Amino acid sequence: MALILTKSFYFFRLSSGALLLAGFLFICSAAPLEAQENPYIVAYDHNLEEPGNLEIEYFSTFGTQRGGPGFHAFWAEFEYGATAWWTTEFYLDGQSTFDQSTLFTGFRWENRVRPLKREHFINPVLYAEFEDINAADKIIKEVEGHDVEADQAVPNSIARQQVTREIELKLILSSNYKGWNFTENTLAVKNLSNQPWEFGYALGVSRPLAMKGAAHRCNFCPQHFIAGLEMYGGLGDRSSFGLHDTSQYLAPGLAWNLPSGWTLRIEPTFGLNGNSHQFLLRWGVAYEISGFARRIESMFKGRE
Amino acid sequence: MKFPRYCLRSVLVFAGLTLLLRAQDGKKEWERKEKESVYAELEKVPERDRQKTNPLGRDPDSVAAGEVLFEEHCEECHGSRGVGGKKAPSLRAPEVQNATPGAIFWILTNGVVRKKMPVWSKLPEPQRWQLVSYVKSLGTVEPAGSEGQLKP
Repeated sequence: MALILTKSFYFFRLSSGALLLAGFLFICSAAPLEAQENPYIVAYDHNLEEPGNLEIEYFSTFGTQRGGPGFHAFWAEFEYGATAWWTTEFYLDGQSTFDQSTLFTGFRWENRVRPLKREHFINPVLYAEFEDINAADKIIKEVEGHDVEADQAVPNSIARQQVTREIELKLILSSNYKGWNFTENTLAVKNLSNQPWEFGYALGVSRPLAMKGAAHRCNFCPQHFIAGLEMYGGLGDRSSFGLHDTSQYLAPGLAWNLPSGWTLRIEPTFGLNGNSHQFLLRWGVAYEISGFARRIESMFKGRE
Repeated sequence: MKFPRYCLRSVLVFAGLTLLLRAQDGKKEWERKEKESVYAELEKVPERDRQKTNPLGRDPDSVAAGEVLFEEHCEECHGSRGVGGKKAPSLRAPEVQNATPGAIFWILTNGVVRKKMPVWSKLPEPQRWQLVSYVKSLGTVEPAGSEGQLKP
């Protein structure tokens, strides 16, 4: 019996290793494509994923909290351009609270749709998300309602038992003007277990360090760096709308879009009131696989 | 009267092949129409935008910078040196090469989102003009010709 278990264990390890290797080779074989990502981690602009491309992203937030131990929250995003006007995205969230535990905290599925087919001075994008997460989730991908720092001081063993399923709607209004991007997101969240609507916002502004492209390939040319600033916070809920008992954040950020298809982001975040975390360090790495859909299609179609 | 089995089989194979070939022709026809309709977007460019001149038209680095940008953002769909790919039409067709710089800039800025061409307004204006410079520098390739048959 023990021998069978050992063999199964090795087989499992081998197959997972082979799968990981196959995935890695698949990613490496993909054509590099420079993404042009803004440094925002919370706010969205109206630029959607190019059709057929898949962007795999990993983000991380290190935070300290008054009344509880520090934490490291992380999430993976799989962002796919279904069409030029529709982007769909799947998230897997997790966190590790120091001196407590590391756990998977849930998943999210979001969709962004661009209703107007041309570029306007202000470009609306409609956003809808379903999330199935537990109260131990600390990724702070958005701030809504009366979310405050103290909510996250609850020990993991207790917080993980409270599962929330929410629908989140956003109206994204974004403009590109003379190289600058200005974006404003308004969000409304409904917990499906008969809780009141909660509201929040995110504002962002960003600009590349150079407007013109360089005449040669380079990794450190200023046009590959985009600097930005975002501000976000809660706006209360349907019965108590406003800024009281909410947390608010200000976050300068920098994105480095490498011609090889990688994007690195870093964003130190500062709490603006006593209900907010005093400091969060957020960073992310993303890789864009161009023509992902075509590559999958060709795997099953054979040679022409 | 009874048909021999092999005869029925041959008729079925023949009918199947005919259908397949018709379907292939239909697909090619559909692809051709799709490409033509993409070029037709150039006709929809507002007159004011069509008349815009390229502010970087005399910049000596504009074409080289546009080439780098093209390789980074456009080549995947439009093919190497814009000859066209499976996902997007050739940029060396007369429809594109005869279009004004302003019209190409407008298509880049607004995209043709219903036909999979993304909006490229996220690139700053100077970079979009550099792309226009590069596209215009490519020259025409006749649809039936090869890459070597360039018009001066």
